[in-house]
Amino acid sequence: MATAAQTPRFTHPAARGTCPFAPPPAYRQAQQEEPVSRITLWDGSASWLATRHEDVKAVLADPRFSADSTRPGFPFLTAGVRQLNAGRPTFIRMDDPEHARLRRMLTGDFVIKKVEALRPRIQRIADDLLDRMTADGRTGADLVREFALPLPSLVICLLLGVPYQDHEFFQECSRVMLRRESSAEEVGAAQDRLVDYLNRLTEAKRTQPDDGILSRLVERGELTTAEIGAMGRLLLVAGHETTANMTALSVLALLRNPDQLDHLRRHPEAVTGAVEELLRYLTIVHSGLGRVATEDVDLGAVRIRAGEGVVCMISTANRDEDEFPDGDELDLTRDARRHLAFGFGVHQCLGQPLARLELQIALATLLRRLPELRLAVPFEDVRFRGDMLIYGVHELPLAW
Amino acid sequence: MLVQIDQEKCCGAGHCVLAAPDVFDQRDEDGIVVLLDARPPAELHQAVQDAAAVCPAAAIQLDQAPDRA
Ligand code: HEM
Repeated sequence: MATAAQTPRFTHPAARGTCPFAPPPAYRQAQQEEPVSRITLWDGSASWLATRHEDVKAVLADPRFSADSTRPGFPFLTAGVRQLNAGRPTFIRMDDPEHARLRRMLTGDFVIKKVEALRPRIQRIADDLLDRMTADGRTGADLVREFALPLPSLVICLLLGVPYQDHEFFQECSRVMLRRESSAEEVGAAQDRLVDYLNRLTEAKRTQPDDGILSRLVERGELTTAEIGAMGRLLLVAGHETTANMTALSVLALLRNPDQLDHLRRHPEAVTGAVEELLRYLTIVHSGLGRVATEDVDLGAVRIRAGEGVVCMISTANRDEDEFPDGDELDLTRDARRHLAFGFGVHQCLGQPLARLELQIALATLLRRLPELRLAVPFEDVRFRGDMLIYGVHELPLAW
Repeated sequence: MLVQIDQEKCCGAGHCVLAAPDVFDQRDEDGIVVLLDARPPAELHQAVQDAAAVCPAAAIQLDQAPDRA
């Protein structure tokens, strides 16, 4: 049985290949040759890499693999990510039962029916943004700046009770926190500013309550201001960066696959399934999910020892031919619901019902209102976010 | 088919409600699964199987023995 003595295949993250939508070829090669293999991380430490759908699912569903980043051996993806997790800030990096106790304070806000009830408000936000984007006969804009980013930012502000007028401040903080090249100091400073802001906002809710999540957590009386501030930070950052990038990248992928775009235009009711397939195909959490073994566990042909880290590549898992035949093809008619773009196990994305609804509304509204939508620059000039923890495009100049 | 749920394991992701809304619901206050129909009719079996397959927390158990159908 293979062990940690194996030589590392490459340093994570490996370079992308020619298709900017596909995970780097090195991971696909690992998936075929050595599905659970060894890699080197940014700091020279070694980690396991899981690439197949079955193995990734098994790790994420298994409580013997911990998400607690304070455990020795936890695989951090960059210096900045290690800084982000210093001091055990939120439940995304905790294990049950503590994780479950905190997550359950929020799951009530993401019940399918309650999220669905937000539909008219999100639709209005989408329409208002498009009204502005197309006002005065304008025929082009950067979709990221004018639609993809403001839409989820406005929605998460509304849910949390954060004033949207502060968006430039918190969007800049998240940009620094999610940039791969940011130093630990830069990430630490951006995180401190954001936490400080959310702590002050939480304190203010004690005297001026509203019907947002922060206020409700205050009223609950079980958490300190710092704990509520940390949860607010997680929701604010996770709540806008992800959906924003998923929206813009989806539009670009559709423009590059005209037959699929055409299918969706002719079958607007297919948007629900289309969003699942886009989530699978694009898997914007492209650097993988980290876990650390708390005891010896056999995974496929290898034995992972207690204290060894595993990076779960959900992007390659989502193109595993055993699970998704022709996985490199975007096929909006496929049943893609088993994708792992939101993770798996007890940490699976809390905000997924909201993300789905936002994506469905964003895509349906754009296609309906802008039938002539096209890319305004050569495809080669689009700047992809290989430099960020969440994949996407920095700008998306469109014309209509 | 006999459906069983484990509310302790449930993490409130809501897949079951999307896949089989006649069989599963969520508690209003914390999104935890509620079983509406432990012996769903045959036409819902596929949807219930889909729900169990995508449940991230393995909180849905199915007993498909024919004598319990
Ligand atoms: C397309 C959009 C999104 C994608 C692809 C995405 C992806 C993910 C992934 C992969 C995880 C699992 C992390 C892990 O296991 O280590 C996760 C967790 C999480 N996401 Fe999302 N997310 C999205 C949107 C959102 C939104 C809109 C919110 C909030 C409103 C949100 C809040 C969270 C939270 C709080 C967690 C931690 C859950 C836990 O640890 O129990 N996400 N997300």
